[in-house]
Amino acid sequence: MPKIYMDYGAGKPVDPRVLEAMNPYFLEIYGNASSGHSYGNAAKEALTSSREKIAQLIGAEKVQEIIFTSGGTESNNLAIKGAAFRNKSKGNHIITTAIEHMSVINICKYLQKEGFEVTFVPVDDKGTVDLEKLEAAITDQTIMMSVMYANGEIGTIQPIKQIGKLAQEKNIMLHVDAVAAVGQVPINVVDENIDLLTLSSNDLYGPKGVGALYIKKGTRIVPIDQGGGQENGLRSGTENISGIVGMAKAAELAQTEMETESKRLIALRDKLIDGVLDSIPYSFLNGHRTQRLPNNANLRFSYIEGESLILSLDMHGIQASSGSACSSKTLEPSHVLRAIGLSHELAHGSLAFTLGKQNTQESMDYVLEVIPEVVKRLRALSPLTPKEILR
Amino acid sequence: MYSEKVMDHFKNPRNVGEIENADGVGTVGNPTCGDLMTMYIKVKDEKIEDIKFKTFGCGAAIATSSMTTEMAKGKTIEEAMKISRAEVANNLGGLPPIKMHCSNLAADALHEAIKDYQKKKEDKK
Ligand code: FES
Repeated sequence: MPKIYMDYGAGKPVDPRVLEAMNPYFLEIYGNASSGHSYGNAAKEALTSSREKIAQLIGAEKVQEIIFTSGGTESNNLAIKGAAFRNKSKGNHIITTAIEHMSVINICKYLQKEGFEVTFVPVDDKGTVDLEKLEAAITDQTIMMSVMYANGEIGTIQPIKQIGKLAQEKNIMLHVDAVAAVGQVPINVVDENIDLLTLSSNDLYGPKGVGALYIKKGTRIVPIDQGGGQENGLRSGTENISGIVGMAKAAELAQTEMETESKRLIALRDKLIDGVLDSIPYSFLNGHRTQRLPNNANLRFSYIEGESLILSLDMHGIQASSGSACSSKTLEPSHVLRAIGLSHELAHGSLAFTLGKQNTQESMDYVLEVIPEVVKRLRALSPLTPKEILR
Repeated sequence: MYSEKVMDHFKNPRNVGEIENADGVGTVGNPTCGDLMTMYIKVKDEKIEDIKFKTFGCGAAIATSSMTTEMAKGKTIEEAMKISRAEVANNLGGLPPIKMHCSNLAADALHEAIKDYQKKKEDKK
């Protein structure tokens, strides 16, 4: 049985070249960047050159604008809480969207309890943020907007440049969670007027447990954790040098390979989407058709449920994920699927494929053979399936 | 996540389908996650002679439906009425805690089908 992993959005393998770059930092270059001797200096140098590589990937002007964290969730916490608490005297209103990553949603809910007002701006049925509604939500109390670059679940890419322009005109800070987008689409924090940008290493084929936050020079935030004052006083704790070196190598590779790889992924993605929509009745695409991440195909099948789809595909060696209530910890359907207007029942049959480096044309051929069978079998089991589509 | 038994019933569910002119039909919806299950029974001499199901739901919901039909087949109405949610889950080698409600669904659908049969019998009198 072929092994076709298509859940890259949930977790990626580390690129072997990244692993190679990391290796010396476990056994040879193990000093602490805060130490004043040569071992410390070697670690410090590794940190600086790593910052450079991240800065280059996102078009940041200064290396000091990059700080390292333990991943996307921590970067989001530091960015949003750090900026909210620091700027409390200017206002208590934050704007975000209904389809953010759970870390952003839950940080905002936490801030609501701390006395901040939060507006969750809705999205349209393709998952695109409505710019007019975004603008209309702004009050004289608004200090920050937090909008994701692209949604990792349904793949929709947001008009960040226009949002950045709006933020600048209104003199509001803009935080962007770019975890799902980075390495797949070109990002330029200067062009796009982004003040704070969240990145994670694993999404670039780097190690898990590492992330970064871009903080534009002059953007004021306070630290969330107190300690020895590393990372410009914003993120205390001894730096995870090997992990950081890995993330930087991954960023470097992403920068040189993104264009070719994204083109390749788009071809595979479209083959998968068109293949499914053409061969399976009552199948639909979630998210935007063109403004979408190169690696994302989120499909929906009427009358069946996502968890049983995932199990069935896994039996054929294919791994995917679902926003169905049955496959969530809370037995609630994904908030993203709800936000694009899907009812409980429709959200049930969703299946997200996130493609990556190991997927090929042949893997798509195989997947396109398997999905119709699996859908047919589950539909035959379902009391909701109309008789005429069972033949 | 699931036991081998659950996966076996998920892969090869027993007694799938509908029964035309069934003696009893029970449909229950799962309020927790929004799923749906229908059971059909054919009764002869107060015994469940045939039983079939259709389920819209997760792997556990499909497996518990299948297991329930297997347990009910050949039993008397009285015995089948006593099949409990816990028994269904036990016979499957246990279910993850979050999936326990799915086993409710299957047992409930069976009990509903039996009640429907009893009601129809009453009506005929
Ligand atoms: S049917 Fe929804 S969790 Fe089992």
